[in-house]
Amino acid sequence: MRAVAGTVVALVMLGGLSYSAPQWLVFMAMLVLAKGIVVLGLLVLMRTGLVSFGQGLYFGIGAYAAALLSHHWYIGDAAAMLLAGALAAGLTASILGLLLAGYRDIFFAMLSLAFSMILYGMLVKSAALGSTDGFNLHARAFLGFVLAPDAERRVFLFAGGVCVVVGSLLVHTLMAGHWGRLATAIRDNELRVSYLGASPYRVVYLNYLIAGGLAGFGGALAALAVGHVDPETAYWTTSGEFVFIAILGGTQSILVPYVAAAFFEALRTIASQYAPNVWQMSLGVAMLAIIMFLPAGLWSLAQRRRRSA
Amino acid sequence: MSAMLAAEGLTKNFGAVTAAADITLSFDADTVASLIGANGAGKTTFLNMVTGYLKPDSGRILFGGRNIVGLDPRQVTKLGISRSFQIPQLFSSLSVRDNLLIAESVAAASDPRSAANAALARFGLEPYASRLAGSLSEGIRKLLDVAMALSSRSKLLLLDEPTSGVSADEKFGIMDVVMGAARDAGVRVIFVEHDMDIVARFAGRVVAFYEGGIIGDGPPQTVLRMKDVRRYVIGEEAPHAQA
Repeated sequence: MRAVAGTVVALVMLGGLSYSAPQWLVFMAMLVLAKGIVVLGLLVLMRTGLVSFGQGLYFGIGAYAAALLSHHWYIGDAAAMLLAGALAAGLTASILGLLLAGYRDIFFAMLSLAFSMILYGMLVKSAALGSTDGFNLHARAFLGFVLAPDAERRVFLFAGGVCVVVGSLLVHTLMAGHWGRLATAIRDNELRVSYLGASPYRVVYLNYLIAGGLAGFGGALAALAVGHVDPETAYWTTSGEFVFIAILGGTQSILVPYVAAAFFEALRTIASQYAPNVWQMSLGVAMLAIIMFLPAGLWSLAQRRRRSA
Repeated sequence: MSAMLAAEGLTKNFGAVTAAADITLSFDADTVASLIGANGAGKTTFLNMVTGYLKPDSGRILFGGRNIVGLDPRQVTKLGISRSFQIPQLFSSLSVRDNLLIAESVAAASDPRSAANAALARFGLEPYASRLAGSLSEGIRKLLDVAMALSSRSKLLLLDEPTSGVSADEKFGIMDVVMGAARDAGVRVIFVEHDMDIVARFAGRVVAFYEGGIIGDGPPQTVLRMKDVRRYVIGEEAPHAQA
């Protein structure tokens, strides 16, 4: 019931934003959704006790896959771009996951970081892909409908947003049932999971795949918002940002990543406007404050209120 | 021949330590067997080899006539051999009910929720159902560990020191519950135990290990009186098995 209510509210908000928000807010909302869904993937991984410091890999792959579609193959349909981003990232995750699913803890974190930095290195060295400058993309249509220039982003926000809502609901359904319990069980005690007859490797692998696909979708959506891709999308600071947002929000609900991503983007925008030389420090202070005063993340504020009400 | 589990020429060395020296043993489906021996005698190594956690250097292990050497714990579990641990292996951040629910879901019970409820009732864990597994006393943790092992697909249950770390007045109660549950479920039991009173009471057959080999095998009243067993397993002074 709460899921239905949440979905309705999310869709109404999306509709309102897409229809009437100023362009800058539409742009911000797209970025928030893009980052939020990457963080949702991180939360899926964190249920099994794993933190990836390399989700930038899939974010970058998603962004470049979408951009390449428009730039090299002249396909300007945003639906195809989003799909390409998710599929390219999912495919990569299905291969790298075979290796990574066998690692835990810091080894998993560092290996995932290493793979993302390999992609970063390749992108920087690749003159055909614009090296450090990257290149532009332009989506003009959605599902075959050619759009007026000022309506493009609004349609992409709404369509991308609907995909994000559907994806989040699927993740929620999956993690609320046996699969989610099994993931927690692996975090708690892998030995027992094996001795019950389940395969921790398989659960980690599939969760990694889900996280990769979601991050790829997020990358493509971000590319649509910005209209440009560069190697920064795969850089470790981008990956770190996702972990930052995940810690900022906490892990209690599928809504959290989007709220936290919005908070993060707002914080960054304000910080870089009023303190342009020390905006990273502002973020750092915010993070310190969260860890000290709200160790379970921003979401614990909402829960506290509900408890006292 | 009704051997459900048989070991043939099992050998395992850890460097210079011999944990299993050419062990040949078979267990039929009718008798509850207990493995006894001092620390380091090879009891847990035997369980670990049977459940695929350790691979023997040589030898075969047959379960229902099939050689299971080389299978991993997950595959062995799927064949129907389950085990509990000396230190209970639980999902500490989940409730007792969720622990059992996971066990039954993995075991592919047709209705995991009611299977978990049945297990709660059978093991007397209902009062603890919504407590976190990490917050329980050792005796309850032991029971939960066994309850999880005894999911709906087990045929053979291996218990590694089911009463260690449990207070003396709880021991018999726990064993009564465990053995009763296994009997009701039609599951055969082999247990490792240090407490000879428990062994004498619950085992129909005792296998005594010493330095990776077997120095006694038979009914408890016979084995617990053997000279070597009293010397190397029980310790000279205590003639425990007067029963």
